[in-house]
Amino acid sequence: MSDTSPPLLEMNGISKRFPGVVALQDVSFSIGRGEILGLIGENGAGKSTLMKILGGVHAPDEGHILVDGKEVSIRSVNDSINLGIAFIHQELNVLDNLDVAGNVYLGREPLKGGPLKLIDRAAIHRQTGQYLNRLGLNVASDTPLANLSLAQQQMVEIAKALSLDARLIIMDEPTSSLTLTETERLLVVTRELRGQGVSIIYISHRLVEVERIADRVVVLRDGRRVGELAKDEIRHEKMISLMVGRDLERSYSAPSDRAISPGLSIKGVRTLRYPAHEVSLDVNKGEILGLAGLVGAGRSELAKAVFGADERLAGTILWQGEALRIRSPRDAIQQGIFLVPEDRRATGLITDMLIRENVTLPALSRYAVGGLIQPGKEMEVAMEACRRLSVKAASTEVVAATLSGGNQQKVVLAKWLSLGPKALIFDEPTRGIDVGAKAEIYNLMKGLADEGVAILMISSDMEEVLGVSDRVAVMHEGKVTGVLPREQCTEEAVMRLAVGRSAA
Amino acid sequence: MAVAEKTSTMAPVTSRSDRLRSLALSKEMGITGLFVVLCLFIAWYSKGIFFNGDNLRDQANLIGMFGIFSIGAGIVIITSGIDLTVGSMIALLGILLSFMITVWHWPWPVAVLAVLAIGGVLGLIHGLLITRVRLQPFVVTLCGLLIYRGAARFVSQDNTMGFGDATGLTSLVNLATGNFHGIPNTFILMIVIAVIAGIFLHRSVWGRYLYAIGKNEEAARYSGINTRWIITGAYIIAAVLTATSAILFAFYTNSISPSSHGNFYELYGIAAAVLGGCSLRGGEGSIFGIIIGTAVLQLLHNLVNLVTIFGHSIPTSLEFAIMGAVILIGVTADQLLRKRPRKA
Repeated sequence: MSDTSPPLLEMNGISKRFPGVVALQDVSFSIGRGEILGLIGENGAGKSTLMKILGGVHAPDEGHILVDGKEVSIRSVNDSINLGIAFIHQELNVLDNLDVAGNVYLGREPLKGGPLKLIDRAAIHRQTGQYLNRLGLNVASDTPLANLSLAQQQMVEIAKALSLDARLIIMDEPTSSLTLTETERLLVVTRELRGQGVSIIYISHRLVEVERIADRVVVLRDGRRVGELAKDEIRHEKMISLMVGRDLERSYSAPSDRAISPGLSIKGVRTLRYPAHEVSLDVNKGEILGLAGLVGAGRSELAKAVFGADERLAGTILWQGEALRIRSPRDAIQQGIFLVPEDRRATGLITDMLIRENVTLPALSRYAVGGLIQPGKEMEVAMEACRRLSVKAASTEVVAATLSGGNQQKVVLAKWLSLGPKALIFDEPTRGIDVGAKAEIYNLMKGLADEGVAILMISSDMEEVLGVSDRVAVMHEGKVTGVLPREQCTEEAVMRLAVGRSAA
Repeated sequence: MAVAEKTSTMAPVTSRSDRLRSLALSKEMGITGLFVVLCLFIAWYSKGIFFNGDNLRDQANLIGMFGIFSIGAGIVIITSGIDLTVGSMIALLGILLSFMITVWHWPWPVAVLAVLAIGGVLGLIHGLLITRVRLQPFVVTLCGLLIYRGAARFVSQDNTMGFGDATGLTSLVNLATGNFHGIPNTFILMIVIAVIAGIFLHRSVWGRYLYAIGKNEEAARYSGINTRWIITGAYIIAAVLTATSAILFAFYTNSISPSSHGNFYELYGIAAAVLGGCSLRGGEGSIFGIIIGTAVLQLLHNLVNLVTIFGHSIPTSLEFAIMGAVILIGVTADQLLRKRPRKA
């Protein structure tokens, strides 16, 4: 990198604010040709916002973007594509009713036949074949996408990026759904692409991968760039300490020695996602049981089945040894078992309704006489719940959609806390939430556990799992592969179980 | 601004000027304004015929009959559903009512209750197909529209039916077509139903559930609402209100032609609801808006009949085009003018 030509891409002093949140504050970085840049940071650190700015989804409030030393403005997804920037997202963007070639050339098929606009099938299959070779993907270009594994579909996305003459490929958590062998394969391909002069921004929570592959690492925290590590400085511990920072360290407190007694038991539950596997777990009263695993391990499905939102194929849910009849969320709620779901906007809240209406919804008839809502009583309950959780909003008469992620999550919690929970299931409780609100939510969970609530916390955030849980259960492809007591909880131990190997 | 620090920041009431502004911007105010302008316009150009007692009574009667089923249409739309069966159901139930009274000689109270009950059962079937079998509301009620129309024509063998020389009906006929101090009974009944529906929708637990389901059915279910039964309930209410209108229309026309009676009424109901502020995406709308929406549609009909501009009357053939244009302008204006004041 001693040449004097300007770097491929520079982002200088990028700031971006959303209502109530500063997503990015004066972030700068650059990437050279044929370089793999690791971009790391906790959930909500600003990585995705930064990349969305590159992708033309968001416009920055301040700052400049330079490509080949020339300032550019990326106003749309097309601008980004024309600059040679391509994205490989966590959730794949493929159509599984088309074949490989159809996906690679979707929307820009080479044509023949003049005004008839027929697709030149021979051409797209020939060209697609070349890209597949380059990536070492051993499938025919006319294979239907539906027949490919997730990893192969991802390769198809990369082939598409290559066919667009991408000079910079942004990979966002590319290995989160891959098996170990598939991950290895992707790392090899990524290195080969680098050899071919393609630059790559590699975003991952899997620091081991970043350590192995990145030429340089940029760390974001709370929307700021907090550090950069050159190749020889990239160490696991160093990355973690930069990512976590001091603020967060304080928010994790050692678990208290609570008296534990049997609480929620999940016995032999089979879900639609993994009908062949039975899952059993015990969450004691006064305990936070972390539930770790890779994306797709079946954890959310388990939570929904316990809460009655999804059908349970088999199995029983017990509270202190007594079987509960749970066939709908309504049943679960009546028994004091609540779910704080993964997707706040889709299932946690009705974002178009007011805070008050959201908070009182699950037990509205309690605040009604003869079916008619008593506005005074309803208001009082909502205000009390918001006060207890310090929801930051002008009043309870604000539409929930206008709140920040952290405050929305507090409103979800406010719904349940006013009902006196026996057991609470949190599914990714702090995803997309800023650090301050995170700490508040952790303290709240601890407080609830101290009061004797049984808490099951599904989390893909390793720091969170290790920092908050009293014990950690790990799932892999629909099965519980192990439950670790606190003393044995290390990132390595959890990871081993998460990829399906035994704890030893 | 943290709520925890200062209780007073969590004040339940917004300032008076905020309230006035949001009231002025609300869809109901817009449509009410349109209603008033239309009244004045028609009154001016109809040379006084509009405010003539007979015309007003006639309009009120029609608004009453159309308003009752439009309330039902609106309630279904608030759940983000739709009910296309209205017109056919009005024909089928009218034919059945005629059979019960003139052929089977049932006492009228029994016949009326039977018609309402049949309506309720049909609504229940719609609701179950939508919530249990998970069919789309549009599809279910489109099939209903076809089936009930066919059934009406089959049962009556395509003969126009009425109540001709049936005896013992005087009290029912008086109820359905009479008036109280000059105000048509249908209009009074509509007002009574509207008040009850308004309390149900805007003050009761179930009304809140309907809006919640309309805005986000999944989240409502995750909040412990029995979404299936609430939605089914909405279709039952809509069908029973349609049945009520069916009885009134039967006596109003006293001649039920099975192939044309009630044609397009489902669309009047939907149009009234949309004009009155309901969104087909669900979760929005009010009873007041629906009633005013019904009234505006009725006025447009009246306008075509009464208004002459510069000596030219409006061709009746233009009636639907005028209605369509007014609805389109109304919803477009609403979309463009109303900057949704989402933030407090």
